Amino acid sequence: MLRKFIRPLLHIACAAPAIWLIYQNWLWLNFLPHELTANPIEYNTDFTGDWTIRFLLITLTVTPLAKLTKWRLLKYRRALGLYAFLYGLLHFLNYMVLDYFFDWALIIEDIFKRPAITFGMLAFTLLIPLAVTSFKFMVKKLGKNWQKLHRAIYVITICAVIHNYMMVKADVLIPVIHAMILTSLLGYRVYLNYNKRKIRLKKQTA
Amino acid sequence: MLIKTKNSWDLTENDVTSESSYLSRRDFVKAAGIATVGGAASILSPELAFAEPALSAKSNPYDGRDLRGEQTVIEAVRGYNNFYEFGMNKDDPARNAHTLKPEPWSVVVDGHCENKGKYALEDLIDFNNLEERIYRMRCVEAWSMVIPWVGVPLSSIIEKLSPTSDAKYIYFETLVDVEQMPGQRRGIIKWPYREGLRMDEAMNPLTIMAVGLYGEKLANQNGAPLRLVVPWKYGFKGIKSIVKISFVENEPNSSWMRLAANEYGFYANVNPNVSHPRWSQAKERRIGDFSRRPTLMFNGYGEQVSHLYEGMDLRRFY
Repeated sequence: MLRKFIRPLLHIACAAPAIWLIYQNWLWLNFLPHELTANPIEYNTDFTGDWTIRFLLITLTVTPLAKLTKWRLLKYRRALGLYAFLYGLLHFLNYMVLDYFFDWALIIEDIFKRPAITFGMLAFTLLIPLAVTSFKFMVKKLGKNWQKLHRAIYVITICAVIHNYMMVKADVLIPVIHAMILTSLLGYRVYLNYNKRKIRLKKQTA
Repeated sequence: MLIKTKNSWDLTENDVTSESSYLSRRDFVKAAGIATVGGAASILSPELAFAEPALSAKSNPYDGRDLRGEQTVIEAVRGYNNFYEFGMNKDDPARNAHTLKPEPWSVVVDGHCENKGKYALEDLIDFNNLEERIYRMRCVEAWSMVIPWVGVPLSSIIEKLSPTSDAKYIYFETLVDVEQMPGQRRGIIKWPYREGLRMDEAMNPLTIMAVGLYGEKLANQNGAPLRLVVPWKYGFKGIKSIVKISFVENEPNSSWMRLAANEYGFYANVNPNVSHPRWSQAKERRIGDFSRRPTLMFNGYGEQVSHLYEGMDLRRFY
């Protein structure tokens, strides 16, 4: 009975920050009081960037959490990954449209001359094929290659956290926390792989 | 002797004023009393008296009157601040700076000068000769404002302090007090916040020590009760809530140089041609505008200051 509500509730919770932000932007563009400070575009940048990384990390938490708790969580992983893409897309659009308004000279300079932006762009670009292939029929169509492709999530999250760390001006506390969470999530997978191999080796020698 | 009997409907002050505001009013009267002794009648009200730039031709060429129409709204000037002593977010200082007590205030002066000592604010700033200066303010983060400051030329303070010929630079420090500045609990920066100027930069008529903006005393989050304003440099040079002035021989290390010397130099002149390693400085967003505008060399004050840097490689001395 309660199970039926898990998925809709999950969607409401994941979409809530985006809906709030879009509503605040609507207020701002209509010259109404809003919560986006005196520099709404910068606020958008920080807000969408933070939520992208949070959703990337949450997506990477699903598998270890499911294994440790035996909860059946894997069915929610795809939706969470898509929310990471949604916030990444908002972050990218805010940068391209509101912040630089298609000022290609500056954007290209940013991408090629400033490593912080390079890492961010790389993360977002790699996220696009994952989002596109997240439909069920694509999963079937790609077969084993689907899993291979979706391992890019590790590279994407690493790039995103580096981007986050490099963009911060003085206070690196939050990016360092992100990096620590990421390290433990990746560490857990390395540990599992190591164990698997050990078991396999034991079987072979036995 | 007239003895007035009180009618029951006569309200006393206490009846209409809450106790806390009544007490703070008493503090205010007390502070005003001290201020009057110091000769600063302007402290009687939060408004600052300053000479309104006369409409005659003989106006100060540095007052920035032509920027009057571009002034940034006061809510943004008071609500969007970088002042890490009160938190890391732009709206933190406005929320948290109420713990700062800008009155009474004193400034320690030392180093290569004749009139060392501890000065009360009123003895350092001539409140009878305040000027309004409308300046562009360009943050290193590529946003900008136009702010009508009220203050005195820094040169007028320096003259009072009589630096010796060994004084090549002037150095400033912000207050350190975790009770008043709760953000200092975290070591984001090695407190105190530090800044400095070359002596000729400090003496330039554009450089002011501000005590107010928009005709009122500085709000705490804007650096009450006194802060530096150097309009051709990035905003972080404008050190706030100053408690120390030193005249020194060698180039001082500013807080941002200590934090990242490859990104923030001593000069920090606004320069659209020298990028920050992580973003371009070619354009800026004026707060309140939608799109970016080109950044001006020396923030548009080249005529007044470019001679200070003649022959210097501004890519090297950023």
